[in-house]
Amino acid sequence: MESKSIALENEHDIAVARNEVRVLAVGLGFRLVDQTRLTTVASELARNVIKYARRGRMIAQPTRNPAGRNGLRLIFEDSGPGIPDIGAAMRDGFTTGGGLGKGLPGSKRLVDEFEIESAPGHGTRVTVARWA
Amino acid sequence: MNGSRIPILKVGRVLIVPIQVDMDDQTVMHLQERILSELERTGARGVLIDISMLETVDSFIGRVLSDIAAMARIMDARTVVVGMQPAVAITLVELGLELRGVDTVLNVDEGIKLLRDEFGIRDADDGLEHRELSMFDGEQVNRT
Repeated sequence: MESKSIALENEHDIAVARNEVRVLAVGLGFRLVDQTRLTTVASELARNVIKYARRGRMIAQPTRNPAGRNGLRLIFEDSGPGIPDIGAAMRDGFTTGGGLGKGLPGSKRLVDEFEIESAPGHGTRVTVARWA
Repeated sequence: MNGSRIPILKVGRVLIVPIQVDMDDQTVMHLQERILSELERTGARGVLIDISMLETVDSFIGRVLSDIAAMARIMDARTVVVGMQPAVAITLVELGLELRGVDTVLNVDEGIKLLRDEFGIRDADDGLEHRELSMFDGEQVNRT
Protein backbone atom coordinates (compact mmCIF):
# COMPACT_ATOMS: atom_id res chain seq x y z
CA MET A 1 0.00 0.00 0.00
CA GLU A 2 1.18 3.48 -0.78
CA SER A 3 1.68 6.38 1.57
CA LYS A 4 -1.05 8.97 1.70
CA SER A 5 -0.87 12.62 2.51
CA ILE A 6 -3.94 14.34 3.89
CA ALA A 7 -4.11 18.12 4.08
CA LEU A 8 -5.30 19.34 7.48
CA GLU A 9 -6.85 22.75 6.91
CA ASN A 10 -10.13 22.80 8.76
CA GLU A 11 -12.07 20.84 11.33
CA HIS A 12 -13.71 18.62 8.77
CA ASP A 13 -10.26 17.36 7.69
CA ILE A 14 -9.91 15.78 11.14
CA ALA A 15 -12.80 13.47 10.23
CA VAL A 16 -11.25 12.84 6.82
CA ALA A 17 -7.93 11.86 8.46
CA ARG A 18 -9.77 9.54 10.88
CA ASN A 19 -11.57 7.84 8.04
CA GLU A 20 -8.40 7.46 5.97
CA VAL A 21 -6.55 5.85 8.88
CA ARG A 22 -9.43 3.46 9.57
CA VAL A 23 -9.44 2.29 5.94
CA LEU A 24 -5.66 1.77 5.91
CA ALA A 25 -5.71 -0.05 9.27
CA VAL A 26 -8.42 -2.42 8.04
CA GLY A 27 -6.43 -3.08 4.84
CA LEU A 28 -3.29 -3.83 6.85
CA GLY A 29 -5.07 -6.44 8.92
CA PHE A 30 -5.17 -4.61 12.25
CA ARG A 31 -7.68 -6.09 14.67
CA LEU A 32 -10.67 -3.96 15.61
CA VAL A 33 -9.30 -2.54 18.86
CA ASP A 34 -6.08 -1.49 17.12
CA GLN A 35 -8.07 0.09 14.29
CA THR A 36 -9.89 2.08 16.96
CA ARG A 37 -6.65 3.05 18.73
CA LEU A 38 -5.08 4.27 15.49
CA THR A 39 -8.19 6.12 14.39
CA THR A 40 -8.44 7.83 17.77
CA VAL A 41 -4.77 8.83 17.73
CA ALA A 42 -5.24 10.29 14.25
CA SER A 43 -8.19 12.28 15.52
CA GLU A 44 -6.31 13.65 18.54
CA LEU A 45 -3.15 14.58 16.65
CA ALA A 46 -4.95 16.01 13.62
CA ARG A 47 -7.01 18.16 15.96
CA ASN A 48 -3.81 19.43 17.60
CA VAL A 49 -2.54 20.53 14.19
CA ILE A 50 -5.75 22.47 13.46
CA LYS A 51 -6.01 23.90 16.97
CA TYR A 52 -2.46 25.06 17.50
CA ALA A 53 -1.03 25.54 13.99
CA ARG A 54 -4.26 26.08 12.00
CA ARG A 55 -2.98 23.91 9.18
CA GLY A 56 -0.59 21.12 8.38
CA ARG A 57 -0.76 17.59 7.08
CA MET A 58 -0.91 13.95 8.01
CA ILE A 59 1.19 11.41 6.17
CA ALA A 60 0.07 7.81 6.58
CA GLN A 61 2.74 5.23 5.74
CA PRO A 62 1.88 1.54 5.65
CA THR A 63 5.06 -0.28 6.61
CA ARG A 64 6.45 -3.69 7.45
CA ASN A 65 9.10 -4.69 9.94
CA PRO A 66 11.93 -7.19 9.18
CA ALA A 67 9.84 -9.95 10.75
CA GLY A 68 7.17 -9.32 8.11
CA ARG A 69 4.73 -7.72 10.51
CA ASN A 70 2.49 -5.02 9.05
CA GLY A 71 2.48 -1.63 10.65
CA LEU A 72 1.13 1.85 10.15
CA ARG A 73 3.18 4.99 10.70
CA LEU A 74 1.43 8.34 10.95
CA ILE A 75 3.26 11.64 10.71
CA PHE A 76 1.59 14.93 11.68
CA GLU A 77 3.50 18.02 10.71
CA ASP A 78 2.83 21.70 10.78
CA SER A 79 4.64 25.02 10.58
CA GLY A 80 2.87 26.45 13.59
CA PRO A 81 4.20 28.03 16.76
CA GLY A 82 5.80 24.83 18.02
CA ILE A 83 5.80 23.51 21.58
CA PRO A 84 8.01 25.47 24.00
CA ASP A 85 8.03 22.79 26.69
CA ILE A 86 7.54 19.25 25.33
CA GLY A 87 7.96 17.74 28.81
CA ALA A 88 4.98 19.72 30.07
CA ALA A 89 2.93 19.00 26.95
CA MET A 90 3.42 15.26 27.51
CA ARG A 91 1.97 15.42 31.03
CA ASP A 92 -1.63 14.33 31.55
CA GLY A 93 -3.88 17.28 32.14
CA PHE A 94 -1.52 19.93 30.81
CA THR A 95 -3.15 22.13 28.18
CA THR A 96 -2.68 25.54 26.66
CA GLY A 97 -5.64 25.11 24.33
CA GLY A 98 -8.53 24.77 26.75
CA GLY A 99 -8.84 21.04 26.15
CA LEU A 100 -8.53 18.15 28.56
CA GLY A 101 -4.78 17.78 28.17
CA LYS A 102 -5.15 14.17 27.05
CA GLY A 103 -4.17 14.51 23.40
CA LEU A 104 -0.41 13.95 23.48
CA PRO A 105 0.07 11.74 26.56
CA GLY A 106 -3.08 9.77 25.72
CA SER A 107 -2.01 9.25 22.11
CA LYS A 108 1.37 7.98 23.28
CA ARG A 109 -0.37 5.26 25.30
CA LEU A 110 -2.29 4.11 22.21
CA VAL A 111 0.70 3.41 19.95
CA ASP A 112 3.91 1.36 19.99
CA GLU A 113 6.20 4.17 18.89
CA PHE A 114 5.86 7.87 19.59
CA GLU A 115 8.23 10.65 18.69
CA ILE A 116 7.80 14.38 18.89
CA GLU A 117 10.04 17.07 17.47
CA SER A 118 9.29 20.72 17.80
CA ALA A 119 11.11 23.97 17.20
CA PRO A 120 9.39 26.99 18.73
CA GLY A 121 8.46 29.33 15.91
CA HIS A 122 9.04 26.70 13.25
CA GLY A 123 6.59 23.92 13.77
CA THR A 124 5.98 20.49 15.16
CA ARG A 125 6.25 16.94 13.87
CA VAL A 126 4.70 14.03 15.73
CA THR A 127 5.43 10.52 14.43
CA VAL A 128 3.59 7.48 15.75
CA ALA A 129 3.56 3.85 14.71
CA ARG A 130 1.70 0.74 15.67
CA TRP A 131 2.34 -2.85 14.60
CA ALA A 132 -0.46 -5.20 13.65
CA MET B 1 -19.76 13.91 1.06
CA ASN B 2 -23.34 12.90 1.74
CA GLY B 3 -25.67 14.86 3.91
CA SER B 4 -26.72 12.69 6.81
CA ARG B 5 -29.15 13.37 9.56
CA ILE B 6 -29.10 12.65 13.24
CA PRO B 7 -32.67 12.33 14.47
CA ILE B 8 -33.81 13.29 17.95
CA LEU B 9 -36.75 11.09 18.94
CA LYS B 10 -39.08 11.60 21.86
CA VAL B 11 -40.42 8.56 23.66
CA GLY B 12 -42.48 9.51 26.67
CA ARG B 13 -40.35 12.00 28.55
CA VAL B 14 -37.06 10.79 27.11
CA LEU B 15 -35.16 12.13 24.12
CA ILE B 16 -33.44 9.38 22.16
CA VAL B 17 -30.47 10.34 20.03
CA PRO B 18 -29.15 7.55 17.82
CA ILE B 19 -25.78 8.55 16.41
CA GLN B 20 -25.24 6.48 13.29
CA VAL B 21 -22.28 8.14 11.63
CA ASP B 22 -18.86 9.54 12.32
CA MET B 23 -19.37 13.24 13.05
CA ASP B 24 -17.03 16.12 12.42
CA ASP B 25 -16.52 18.63 15.23
CA GLN B 26 -19.08 21.08 13.98
CA THR B 27 -21.73 18.38 13.66
CA VAL B 28 -21.03 17.39 17.27
CA MET B 29 -21.45 20.97 18.49
CA HIS B 30 -24.67 21.43 16.55
CA LEU B 31 -26.03 18.20 17.94
CA GLN B 32 -25.31 19.43 21.47
CA GLU B 33 -27.28 22.61 20.79
CA ARG B 34 -30.19 20.66 19.26
CA ILE B 35 -30.43 18.35 22.24
CA LEU B 36 -30.53 21.25 24.70
CA SER B 37 -33.11 23.19 22.73
CA GLU B 38 -35.30 20.07 22.38
CA LEU B 39 -35.02 19.56 26.16
CA GLU B 40 -36.29 23.05 26.72
CA ARG B 41 -39.00 22.81 24.07
CA THR B 42 -40.41 19.43 25.13
CA GLY B 43 -39.73 19.37 28.86
CA ALA B 44 -38.18 15.94 28.48
CA ARG B 45 -36.48 14.68 31.64
CA GLY B 46 -34.07 12.20 30.16
CA VAL B 47 -31.62 12.01 27.26
CA LEU B 48 -30.51 8.67 25.88
CA ILE B 49 -27.60 8.88 23.45
CA ASP B 50 -27.00 5.69 21.50
CA ILE B 51 -23.37 5.49 20.34
CA SER B 52 -23.41 1.82 19.35
CA MET B 53 -22.61 2.73 15.75
CA LEU B 54 -19.86 5.15 16.70
CA GLU B 55 -16.44 3.66 15.93
CA THR B 56 -14.34 6.45 17.38
CA VAL B 57 -14.79 8.52 20.52
CA ASP B 58 -11.89 10.91 20.94
CA SER B 59 -11.27 13.46 23.68
CA PHE B 60 -13.37 16.06 21.87
CA ILE B 61 -16.50 13.91 21.62
CA GLY B 62 -15.83 12.63 25.12
CA ARG B 63 -15.79 16.15 26.46
CA VAL B 64 -18.96 17.09 24.57
CA LEU B 65 -20.77 14.05 25.99
CA SER B 66 -19.74 15.18 29.49
CA ASP B 67 -20.85 18.73 28.69
CA ILE B 68 -24.24 17.56 27.40
CA ALA B 69 -24.77 15.56 30.61
CA ALA B 70 -23.79 18.55 32.78
CA MET B 71 -25.96 21.01 30.85
CA ALA B 72 -28.92 18.63 30.76
CA ARG B 73 -28.54 18.14 34.52
CA ILE B 74 -28.88 21.88 35.05
CA MET B 75 -32.06 21.68 32.98
CA ASP B 76 -33.31 18.94 35.33
CA ALA B 77 -32.73 16.09 32.88
CA ARG B 78 -30.51 13.02 33.19
CA THR B 79 -28.29 11.69 30.42
CA VAL B 80 -27.42 8.10 29.66
CA VAL B 81 -24.96 7.01 26.98
CA VAL B 82 -25.68 3.53 25.67
CA GLY B 83 -24.03 0.92 23.47
CA MET B 84 -20.37 1.86 23.61
CA GLN B 85 -18.36 -0.64 21.56
CA PRO B 86 -15.74 -2.58 23.58
CA ALA B 87 -12.91 -1.31 21.36
CA VAL B 88 -14.06 2.26 22.03
CA ALA B 89 -14.19 1.62 25.79
CA ILE B 90 -10.65 0.18 25.80
CA THR B 91 -9.34 3.13 23.80
CA LEU B 92 -11.08 5.70 26.01
CA VAL B 93 -9.54 4.27 29.16
CA GLU B 94 -6.06 4.14 27.62
CA LEU B 95 -6.50 7.69 26.43
CA GLY B 96 -7.27 8.66 30.01
CA LEU B 97 -10.84 9.85 29.50
CA GLU B 98 -13.39 9.32 32.23
CA LEU B 99 -16.59 10.68 30.66
CA ARG B 100 -17.19 12.53 33.90
CA GLY B 101 -20.82 12.81 34.93
CA VAL B 102 -22.02 10.48 32.20
CA ASP B 103 -23.86 7.27 33.02
CA THR B 104 -23.12 4.52 30.54
CA VAL B 105 -25.02 1.29 30.05
CA LEU B 106 -24.86 -1.55 27.56
CA ASN B 107 -27.94 -1.01 25.45
CA VAL B 108 -31.06 1.04 24.88
CA ASP B 109 -33.20 -1.28 27.05
CA GLU B 110 -30.86 -0.82 30.01
CA GLY B 111 -30.72 2.90 29.34
CA ILE B 112 -34.50 3.29 29.46
CA LYS B 113 -34.59 1.14 32.59
CA LEU B 114 -31.95 3.32 34.27
CA LEU B 115 -33.79 6.53 33.42
CA ARG B 116 -37.05 5.03 34.66
CA ASP B 117 -35.96 3.20 37.79
CA GLU B 118 -32.99 5.16 39.06
CA PHE B 119 -33.96 8.63 37.99
CA GLY B 120 -37.72 8.17 38.32
CA ILE B 121 -38.55 9.39 34.84
CA ARG B 122 -42.00 8.11 34.00
CA ASP B 123 -43.88 8.22 30.76
CA ALA B 124 -46.19 10.64 32.51
CA ASP B 125 -47.36 12.68 29.61
CA ASP B 126 -48.21 10.43 26.74
CA GLY B 127 -47.13 6.89 27.32
CA LEU B 128 -45.53 5.25 24.35
CA GLU B 129 -45.86 8.08 21.96
CA HIS B 130 -43.00 7.82 19.54
CA ARG B 131 -42.47 10.63 17.18
CA GLU B 132 -39.65 12.28 15.47
CA LEU B 133 -39.08 15.78 16.72
CA SER B 134 -36.40 17.08 14.56
CA MET B 135 -33.86 16.10 12.07
CA PHE B 136 -30.48 17.61 12.16
CA ASP B 137 -28.51 18.09 8.99
CA GLY B 138 -24.93 17.09 9.42
CA GLU B 139 -22.22 15.80 7.22
CA GLN B 140 -21.13 12.27 6.79
CA VAL B 141 -17.65 11.22 5.87
CA ASN B 142 -17.77 8.59 3.19
CA ARG B 143 -15.80 5.45 3.57
CA THR B 144 -13.59 4.97 0.56
